[in-house]
Amino acid sequence: MPEPLLEVRDLKKHFRVKGARLWNAPGSVKAVDGISFTVNRGETLGLVGESGCGKTTTSKLVLAAERPTAGIIAFEGRDIAALPDGQLRDYRRKVQVVFQDPFSSLSPRMRVGEIIAEPLQAHETLSRQELQSRVSELFELVGLRPDMARLFPHEFSGGQRQRLAIARALSTNAQLIVLDEPVSALDVSIRAHIIVLLENLQERLGVSYLFIAHDLAAVSHLSQRTAVMYLGKLVEVADSLELCTKPLHPYTKALFAASLPSHPDEAREEIVLSGEVPSALNPPRGCHFHPRCPFAMPRCREDEPALKEISPGHTVACHLY
Amino acid sequence: MAITFDDVRSVTTNAERARRLFGYMRQLPMIPLFVLSLLGFVAIFADVIAPHSELDPVKPTSAQCQALYGAPDCPYLEDVPPFWSEGGSLTTPLGTDFLGRDVLSRLMYGARISLIVALMGTVVAGTIGTLLGVIAGYMGRWWDQVIMRVTDAWLTLPSLVFAILLLSVRGPGMWNVVLVLALVFWSRYSRAVRGEVLALRERDFVKLAEINGISKTRIIFRHLIPNVMNTVMVLFSLQVGVAVIIEASLSFLGVGVPPPEPSWGLMLAQERDAMMEGKWWLAVFPGICISLLVLSANMLGDWLRVRLDPQLRNR
Amino acid sequence: MPVSTSPLLRVEGLKTHYFGFGGSRVVKAVDGVSFTVEAGETFGLVGESGCGKTTTCHSIVRLLSPSAKIVGGRIELEGKNLLDLSAREMREVRGRRIASILQDPMASLDPLFSIGNQVAEPAYYHGLLRGRPLHQRVRELLAAVRIPSPEKRLKEFPHQMSGGMRQRIVGAIAQAGDPCLIIADEPTTNLDVTIQLQYLNLLKELQQATNVGLIFVTHNLGIVAKMCDTVAVMYAGKIVEMQSVRGLFYEPRHPYTKALLDSIPKLGTKEPLYAVPGQPPDLSALPPGCSFHPRCAQAMERCRTEEPPEVRDNSGRTTRCWLTQPQEAVHA
Repeated sequence: MPEPLLEVRDLKKHFRVKGARLWNAPGSVKAVDGISFTVNRGETLGLVGESGCGKTTTSKLVLAAERPTAGIIAFEGRDIAALPDGQLRDYRRKVQVVFQDPFSSLSPRMRVGEIIAEPLQAHETLSRQELQSRVSELFELVGLRPDMARLFPHEFSGGQRQRLAIARALSTNAQLIVLDEPVSALDVSIRAHIIVLLENLQERLGVSYLFIAHDLAAVSHLSQRTAVMYLGKLVEVADSLELCTKPLHPYTKALFAASLPSHPDEAREEIVLSGEVPSALNPPRGCHFHPRCPFAMPRCREDEPALKEISPGHTVACHLY
Repeated sequence: MAITFDDVRSVTTNAERARRLFGYMRQLPMIPLFVLSLLGFVAIFADVIAPHSELDPVKPTSAQCQALYGAPDCPYLEDVPPFWSEGGSLTTPLGTDFLGRDVLSRLMYGARISLIVALMGTVVAGTIGTLLGVIAGYMGRWWDQVIMRVTDAWLTLPSLVFAILLLSVRGPGMWNVVLVLALVFWSRYSRAVRGEVLALRERDFVKLAEINGISKTRIIFRHLIPNVMNTVMVLFSLQVGVAVIIEASLSFLGVGVPPPEPSWGLMLAQERDAMMEGKWWLAVFPGICISLLVLSANMLGDWLRVRLDPQLRNR
Repeated sequence: MPVSTSPLLRVEGLKTHYFGFGGSRVVKAVDGVSFTVEAGETFGLVGESGCGKTTTCHSIVRLLSPSAKIVGGRIELEGKNLLDLSAREMREVRGRRIASILQDPMASLDPLFSIGNQVAEPAYYHGLLRGRPLHQRVRELLAAVRIPSPEKRLKEFPHQMSGGMRQRIVGAIAQAGDPCLIIADEPTTNLDVTIQLQYLNLLKELQQATNVGLIFVTHNLGIVAKMCDTVAVMYAGKIVEMQSVRGLFYEPRHPYTKALLDSIPKLGTKEPLYAVPGQPPDLSALPPGCSFHPRCAQAMERCRTEEPPEVRDNSGRTTRCWLTQPQEAVHA
């Protein structure tokens, strides 16, 4: 089996916080608490979870915008978590990101042609000619006309801006693009455009995606495999379609139950979770999900379940299995 | 013809553009812009449109000398009132001062001085302050600490007193005043700009640039500075008014632009006693000019502030 | 749903325009919208950004921005035209007869006042209750929206609560005035998926208990499928299709509705998505004829020049499309 493009092992990110009360020892927010996953070449891994689950922090770690507290982030076999800042240039070229908000991810006072060329200029020295032709190429790749390069971001619509953000991410021939909720801020009819574009680009260029979102349907549409996060831990990883049809972890089931039907008569197993998402400052002991789990057993309060492979490619962290 | 999805959203024809321009213009603050343009025009073309020289007394005619002094010859006509008063004449519409110089011409050349000093002083102050503010806000840590503590200290100094101190060391002169204005006022910019930058720093496009490995210098000049220009411009127009008043005050106190240059503040100072004697025109006209300039600059600055702030704009 | 002779809310031919740039630019945000809502019915108003759904809601409660004006139509609440009311009379309607739930709970709640204070406010202001009965009612309302330990919460402040809880408190405030109509404008957009489910179920329960009419504005067809009885799809300021929710999903009549349904990814399949070409329209520069024609796969010659009227057929469905014209027409 070819080596995975990105392999994350036992990744942890803890933030120190001062104690809320004078007599408490300083605690830490375990935003990411020991997760492991791989992204293969040309493939999309979806990462779903609700607010506070740690997916944003995971994306920052993968982008080297934050340093992990522990764990390995191996890209093309080399652990970048161990590299000092100065040696990350190559990594930064190969791993790019598209953010959620199409309105704030483009610098308002720069022409879009310059915005797209910026990563390229930072990493390579090209003549003006070469730069321009590369920019035109990128424009066409995402379905925009190259003569729009002289316009400013505010002259484009939300969907077009996301295209520009994608073009910029592709400018340095990145091999992994982290997509952080790329379509949630777009109109419904435009989302399909972007999803289709991303699919096409993956087919044409063989680029891999780490697709982070809370919209299960979009994630499972675009990803070959999907991972579910809860309070800093991975609770289930499986092939996307299998995850939809045979979710194993109670939380995954609840997520699917909660995602809205596509037509009025669609049968859904109604699992309504009680309570709120607990804070990552003080996660429950044992399995983090047990206070809200409709199937909790006494064991769940004591032992933290580990990820176990139940069927080929399908792993789950739950005492039920 | 189906519109393909890559068309830019608003297709602007020339008619569209004209209509939109007209719409914009109706919203402009007409009065301040008019006054400022007028003053600017006068300042630039003073050489051409001023009826007399600003330094030399007006050449009197025999008749005038006769009327005023009872002699056929005199070097100059002092303290002639404006043309609508008794004893005034249209050759010196706003009167003359104690040395026989035409007030109107001096006011026109004075506009030049006030505008140059105020604008240049504010521009230099703005440049220094903005740069320092951006560095403090973006680089953080000890850059921030050092720059901000210096800024804080600087802000506690009373501007006029400080200016006087600096000028007494440097000596009077127009360019010295510009320098002093820059030195006194930069701190106001750095404070405001730092605040903006703290917010800007968290925006996606800046984070993205960092993730892409772009150098800090480039981020500062390409991403941060252009985006703080809104705040800077508003501050700038409000500060221009302050600069005019400080310059006038300094000249009034004798440490600014030295005579015989026609600084409005200086004109006020020289004619202070004259006002007591009833020769009101000598002090009032320069005073009016100062007020007009400051008021217009402030009104413009206020308009800019509302216009550029998206939340206030739709009120 | 029993259809009474006079519906709870009847909107007829509503037109609301925005005037910008000193009057030189007119945006027809709402351009001839008509619908009815019965008591106990959940009416869905669906569309993308800029279609006019939020402006419609603002028009109903007459809380428009200064640059907008209602230039035509009627809005009848229980038979009375709201557009005829004076400002003072309108204030008595808001919060008491019509309540709103908006998208961002943090923005809907005043950070300076306690929860108890804010929930009590509509009832207090409209003179419904005072003193002990008011206190009692506040506790009841909080319990009805499933806030745990309501007594404790009364004294707490918005920033101490989670997003889901805040939105439930907003729901409680909406109920406080005992309204007959609640307008919910994208109330779950900022909430997590599992919290959203709790909240939607809660809204449904509340509605069944009090028989209020509920107008649910959203761009999410999934919510519509779950919550609504009747749905109107808006595009460029007009309603292009309105029918029962089942009818909309199983027999959509307008090409825009069909396109929307086809462009949404569905769980469990990797069926290719249909990407509607073009972008949401620029309301200040609408194309001639049918506003949707530039993006419509089935556009005919007529669509480019003539605007289709809204046509209602015998079963109460309305459609605004030349493709479906040969129907018995009673112009809506």
